Amino acid sequence: MPRAERSMVPDATPTSYYGHPILKAPVWKWPIPTYLFTGGLAAGTALVGAGAHAGGNRLLARRASLGTLGAVAVSGGLLVKDLGRPSRFHHMLRVVKPTSPMSVGTWIFSAFSAAAGATAGAELLAGRGKRSRRGARALGGAGLGRPAGRGLWPALAGAGHLATAGLAPALATYTGVLLADTAVPAWHGARHELPFVFAGGAAASGGALGVLLAGGGPGPSERGARPRRLAVAGSILEVGAGQVMRRRLGELGEPYHQGVAAILSRGSHVATLVGGAALAGAGAFGAGVFGAGTTGRGARRLDVAGSAFILAGAALERFAVFHAGRQSASDPKYVVGPQRRRLVPSAAPA
Amino acid sequence: MANADCIVIEGSNMAECHPVGFQWVMEAKRRGAKVFHVDPRFTRTSAVADSWLAIRAGSDIAFLGGLINYVLTNERDFRDYVVAYTNASTIVGEDFADTEDLGGVFSGFDPETRSYDQASWQYEGGVAPAAAGKREQPTSKGDHSASRGEQHGSGGAGIGIAHADVKRDPTLSDPRCVYQVLKRHFSRYTPEMVEEVCGITPAQFHEVAEAICANSGRERTTAFIYSVGWTHHTVGVQYIRTASILQLLLGNIGRPGGGVLALRGHASIQGSTDIPTLYNLLPGYLPMPHAGVDDDLADYIDNNSADAGFWGHMDAYTVSLLRAWWGDAATAGNDWCWDYLPRITGDHSTYQSVLGMIDGWCKGYFVVGENPATGTANGRLQRAGLVNLDWLVVRDMTEIETAAFWHDSPEIESGEIRSADIGTEVFFLPAAAHTEKNGSFTNTARMLQWHHKAVEPGGDARSDLWFYFHLGRIIRGKLSAAPGAPADRDRPLLDLTWDYPTEGPLNEPSAEAVLAEINGFGPDGPLSSYTAMRADGSTSGGCWIYTGVYADGVNQAARRKPTWEQTWVAPEWGWAWPANRRILYNRASADPDGRPWSERKRYLWWDEGEGKWVGEDVADFKATMRPDYQPPDGATAEDALPGTAPFVMQADGMGWLYAPNGLVDGPMPTHYEPHESPVANPLYAQQASPTRQIFERKDNPSNPPTSPEYPYVFTTYRLTEHHTAGGMSRTLEYLSELQPEFFIEVSPDLAAERGLVNAGWATVVTARSAVEARVLVTERMQPLRVGGRVVHQVGVPYHWGWRGLSVGDAGNDLLVAALDANVHIPEAKVGTCDVVAGRRPRGPGLRGMVEAKAARARPAPEADSTGERGAGG
Amino acid sequence: MTLLAGGSGGGGAGGYGSQERMGFFTDTSVCIGCKACEVACKEWNDVPADGLNFLGTSYDNTGALGADTWRHVAFIEQPDGGAGGAEGAGVGGMRWLMSSDVCKHCTSAACLEVCPTGALFRTEFGTVVVQEDICNGCGYCVPACPFGVIDQREGDGRVWKCTLCYDRLRGAQKPACAQACPTESIVFGPLDQLREQARGRVEDLHTAGCDSARLYGADPADGVGGFGAFFLLLDEPETYGLPPDPVSTTRDLGAMWKAAAAAAGSLVAMAALAAFPGRRRRGR
Ligand SMILES: Nc1nc2c(c(=O)[nH]1)N[C@H]1C(S)=C(S)[C@@H](COP(=O)(O)OP(=O)(O)OC[C@H]3O[C@@H](n4cnc5c(=O)[nH]c(N)nc54)[C@H](O)[C@@H]3O)O[C@H]1N2
Ligand SMILES: Nc1nc2c(c(=O)[nH]1)N[C@H]1C(S)=C(S)[C@@H](COP(=O)(O)OP(=O)(O)OC[C@H]3O[C@@H](n4cnc5c(=O)[nH]c(N)nc54)[C@H](O)[C@@H]3O)O[C@H]1N2
Ligand code: SF4
Ligand code: SF4
Ligand code: SF4
Ligand code: SF4
Ligand code: SF4
Ligand SMILES: [Mo]
Repeated sequence: MPRAERSMVPDATPTSYYGHPILKAPVWKWPIPTYLFTGGLAAGTALVGAGAHAGGNRLLARRASLGTLGAVAVSGGLLVKDLGRPSRFHHMLRVVKPTSPMSVGTWIFSAFSAAAGATAGAELLAGRGKRSRRGARALGGAGLGRPAGRGLWPALAGAGHLATAGLAPALATYTGVLLADTAVPAWHGARHELPFVFAGGAAASGGALGVLLAGGGPGPSERGARPRRLAVAGSILEVGAGQVMRRRLGELGEPYHQGVAAILSRGSHVATLVGGAALAGAGAFGAGVFGAGTTGRGARRLDVAGSAFILAGAALERFAVFHAGRQSASDPKYVVGPQRRRLVPSAAPA
Repeated sequence: MANADCIVIEGSNMAECHPVGFQWVMEAKRRGAKVFHVDPRFTRTSAVADSWLAIRAGSDIAFLGGLINYVLTNERDFRDYVVAYTNASTIVGEDFADTEDLGGVFSGFDPETRSYDQASWQYEGGVAPAAAGKREQPTSKGDHSASRGEQHGSGGAGIGIAHADVKRDPTLSDPRCVYQVLKRHFSRYTPEMVEEVCGITPAQFHEVAEAICANSGRERTTAFIYSVGWTHHTVGVQYIRTASILQLLLGNIGRPGGGVLALRGHASIQGSTDIPTLYNLLPGYLPMPHAGVDDDLADYIDNNSADAGFWGHMDAYTVSLLRAWWGDAATAGNDWCWDYLPRITGDHSTYQSVLGMIDGWCKGYFVVGENPATGTANGRLQRAGLVNLDWLVVRDMTEIETAAFWHDSPEIESGEIRSADIGTEVFFLPAAAHTEKNGSFTNTARMLQWHHKAVEPGGDARSDLWFYFHLGRIIRGKLSAAPGAPADRDRPLLDLTWDYPTEGPLNEPSAEAVLAEINGFGPDGPLSSYTAMRADGSTSGGCWIYTGVYADGVNQAARRKPTWEQTWVAPEWGWAWPANRRILYNRASADPDGRPWSERKRYLWWDEGEGKWVGEDVADFKATMRPDYQPPDGATAEDALPGTAPFVMQADGMGWLYAPNGLVDGPMPTHYEPHESPVANPLYAQQASPTRQIFERKDNPSNPPTSPEYPYVFTTYRLTEHHTAGGMSRTLEYLSELQPEFFIEVSPDLAAERGLVNAGWATVVTARSAVEARVLVTERMQPLRVGGRVVHQVGVPYHWGWRGLSVGDAGNDLLVAALDANVHIPEAKVGTCDVVAGRRPRGPGLRGMVEAKAARARPAPEADSTGERGAGG
Repeated sequence: MTLLAGGSGGGGAGGYGSQERMGFFTDTSVCIGCKACEVACKEWNDVPADGLNFLGTSYDNTGALGADTWRHVAFIEQPDGGAGGAEGAGVGGMRWLMSSDVCKHCTSAACLEVCPTGALFRTEFGTVVVQEDICNGCGYCVPACPFGVIDQREGDGRVWKCTLCYDRLRGAQKPACAQACPTESIVFGPLDQLREQARGRVEDLHTAGCDSARLYGADPADGVGGFGAFFLLLDEPETYGLPPDPVSTTRDLGAMWKAAAAAAGSLVAMAALAAFPGRRRRGR
């Protein structure tokens, strides 16, 4: 019934207007949290590619460059999907606006896409000369050819790896600002942690993809070692920063324990931790910690499973953050409570 | 209004229904005025008032009577004003007996006809009983009294009681002087009785009583504002009388910030009483001639004009009207075409017509700008009439419920009636909206404002002016084309001045030409004042009170000079009748010597140097009439009133605290219970108004008073978001979305009692029908303690119907047709009902539910309480 | 491509040149809940209808501001008369608050600042307006607004809100809602003047014993730099569905970018560590 909203001294149960939300929850649908994931993935994979390139792992470098490009392409598709029509994306390029993380992000993403495209192209061309004259076959055989040697294309590829890797950290973390720079309580309140969560997620997912792309290989010098380390480190950061974020949010962290966000949140942490442990295990196998008798096949299985878990975990975390944000925006108490306490600090709940 | 020091809004939800006019209440409040709202519901008006008093619907006379009693017993009246300007000192005839002595009826009551012989109500001496009888008593030739209540609506009757003939006691001590009669009449209306009847606590009562007394007198004024919360009652006219008495006692009439302000309804409803769509009035409140009584013009004038005051010139107004209508065909030789006017034989008001349709003698019906199928009390009765017609013409902007009754109605839904069985031929004619035509609106302040066409009407839509003009033109064409000499009966049509110029692509008659005709012409062109009207045929004028609106050949109603370019009275914005006067009876704004009562409230005053009345407004009387003027013997009309008589339309020139004539239900207001009430009348043995008009028929059944089957009071009203029967709002999406569904308002207590849930469904049941609505449970509805028990009130906004975007059952299906005897307005503001949770039955189940309940409520013949409580029941 | 300054800050909202900053003072103490403002706004701006929904929330059936409701009248029933003295209280101290909400045209307008396309801009009147031909429906402004004002229109994708009747202002006319308001609850004028007037009104109300009157959004030092459309309320803002202490999210933008930089640094560090671990074995 339309009973009065009783006005009272600010307390733990703030008043509202018929319980209606004060804020408008983000209107974004699944493409945006998915993009948060694929963008991070692209960034992480770019780092893997650059690392591989630097470490001389030409095969992984090339595969990672293509993986990066793939993730970027999907990301671009998702952004266009979110806007409804491709032409609408062009409006983003009208201006450069430092106060708009989305504008900044658009330029980062555009530059990154260009770099990723160039890198992948250079990698392909670098590997092509000796194998095939036909682009299609080059593509078809992508990743299978021999690593590029000296020459123009390999040099360009190297520069490309450097450029993408240089932009990758920005691509991976600007999305934290993108979400934080809103009135959404669970996002804005997490403005110090969100970039770390997303950095961790980028590293974890990029590393995990790197592990998959690297392919199996026994012995101490196996090709997936570096990405695996990145993935494990990323997982730790992602989960660690995520936990810190949830705790530091205090009351605003409640949405992570409610509704869809709770399921996603728990799923993400479990998946990331399991995946991280599996990769760590696989790394240990590879390093022969369990003795030389352990087979490469077991390690590879662990690698594949662990990577899949990490990828899933990183994706789920983005959805968890997204939904927790929506939920916090839809409940007026997360708007009124903290603001009230800001106005009247003594009213803070004991 | 902005000048009031205290405003009592009672019987009106002004903020919701007159939001634009309400700015002046807010302005008054800003200037420090105290605002009260007395209403059964806490509304948007209550929300911005200083204080709200919850009142039981239908009990206002007890409350206002209590205030009168308070003023009189505490001698808080504005004595100088009362003695000089009201009939307080006038001695009432010896034969008069009060309700106090006769168990709730006045002397002269005839239980057989349930009507009064008013002879015993007259003043002592001065009254020619024959004259009074001729005019005000029911004659043997028909129920004329019933059709007379509304006559002289611009000022009240004033007949046979010319100022000079009346006996007075200026000390107000004579037991038969009006002051003492009034005091005795209201002596039992104590604060405790007010609480018993209205549910208003003594503390609340005192708050209002003190506020209005403190804000009246020389220095201050109080305004009362009402609307249909007062008029929609079987005693509606007496409600307004009660407020008028109170305001006269407090000296609040004819002064800035005072008055009893009626807020009229539809945009030009004031205009449609001035130039009426009522059966018993001619333009300018000239009464419609009665068959066998007003046989020739001289009879009519003799019967209806007054010896003193401005009604003394009725002959000039009437002859000018006849000249406006029939032009040169109206001559002294043919009594100015007097016989062309139709005559009435009794009550021909709307319900009589509807019953006539059901009973088969009324066969055709024009419905123009009305939606009775949902908008009029007892909707089933209305629709029962429609199905029985030969033909029906509906002119409206959309196919409203009244036009669609033959294929879309509750009776068709329930299976009672099939379209195939309805013989009525329906003509639906699209009407142009006000934005699509020129014309004037006359608003609540009697002000005419011109509106200009913004766009041409679309499609086949035409203005009503177009329709009637061309209909007349075609009929006249056919009549004159008929072979042979025209029949006598066709002459009134053929002789009409029907020569309005037309303009534009649609041949739209010129509305301004019509306005000019209404204003009237004299030998020198457009008249500038009704005082220029003559009875010798040298002038014409379609409505005497509007004369001046086209003065100098200029459309004065179209004036729009901004306020900041003129005085605060803003006389150059539009044009107000009569004579562009903004406050009526403004002589009362000065003391008998012609000085302002106070500087603060000065308005008009006598300037000895200039030898005339000066001030802010047009004086109500001759501007050069000295305050000490005494009429010489043999003076007539306005010259027969002294310079101290402000109420220039009354023959005695006085404000009437006691009305010796003009009303068919009593010279003083008396609290009667509504026709349907859950409680017995605590004041009198007489339960409801003895003269109320009721139709005891199977299709108009009443809920018996105090019946436990119908324990709750319901009241019907408006919401800002919708307009009346809904044809203009439920069809528009921007309005419909604001109040999308029919709902009722109930208190949390009643909700608990009946298991109603907010936003859920409820069904309201009366003996007429049952309607379903969404429920708004709100503390704004509060149960009242009345007559020793708790009375719950249910709020029923009446806008809905089953066509348009926002659809729902019609609240009017709940109401019975029980009318005020003076003006035949149904008691739409109060009835009894039951409320049950959930939706109503569909199909035949609906009638089953309604009739079973009615059968349980029907008193066994021997226990018929109504007979014992007085006539009617 | 243009480099856009954020458009934030007091200077940015001050109007251009000789044009004063224009705004609204909505005095809810005189609002009669007639909704003329809602309807006038829709009529003038051709805003689509919102659907027929009976909400059961007093007389409010529109619910909230949104893409299709640019003025929204809130109705709050308080049987106990609310806190801080009941203005208009009768039997049982009943109070019924009504308030017409609208876009605040913030001095520091988060919606405008985060808009990546420049569709949202600051007009010469200091108001915040969406250019419907430039908006690409990215939706970023929606969660950025601390009042939940701006919203996306379904099936259209673009966002809509009060324009403060930019077209009418350019034609030297009052905004439609203010023009329609019968009680001058909506006062339109130069912001400085309105603030002055509002302070006077609060004083008057306090003198009249209405202690609960307070201004909301009239302080240029508040979290959004003061509202271009501010209010006189009779109860706490949250009672009306308004945030008690709104802050423009972009106030913390610097800190956010710093956090992002640090996080980016951590990412670089992780990548570096992974690529060149201390006990690195020779790779292929
Ligand atoms: N928005 C809008 N405005 C309108 C109209 C409309 O439909 N919509 N209609 C126009 C028309 S035609 C008219 S006539 C006017 C009517 O204007 P109002 O008379 O103001 O309108 P109502 O809502 O019918 O009734 C007024 C109030 O009377 C109260 N009431 C009911 N019974 C009693 C009683 O016995 N005593 C007292 N004291 N109060 C009582 C009701 O609760 C209600 O709040 O409005 C005009 N203005
Ligand atoms: N229960 C209950 N019943 C009531 C009342 C109440 O308070 N309670 N109030 C009563 C009162 S005060 C009134 S005034 C009536 C109103 O009741 P109605 O007059 O029956 O109802 P409206 O919906 O106003 O009907 C007017 C119609 O005129 C049409 N119209 C508008 N402009 C024009 C025009 O220029 N030309 C033509 N030809 N048509 C036009 C509109 O579309 C509309 O359909 O209701 C009365 N009935
Ligand atoms: S609808 Fe017309 S008459 Fe009624 S309040 Fe509004 S402006 Fe006045
Ligand atoms: S209220 Fe919201 S939409 Fe309006 S200017 Fe401020 S941030 Fe923008
Ligand atoms: S939805 Fe339109 S107005 Fe809002 S931020 Fe995006 S482009 Fe700007
Ligand atoms: S200023 Fe114009 S756009 Fe804004 S709410 Fe008022 S009418 Fe609507
Ligand atoms: S128009 Fe004015 S009074 Fe009516 S609801 Fe809007 S702000 Fe309130
Ligand atoms: Mo009316």
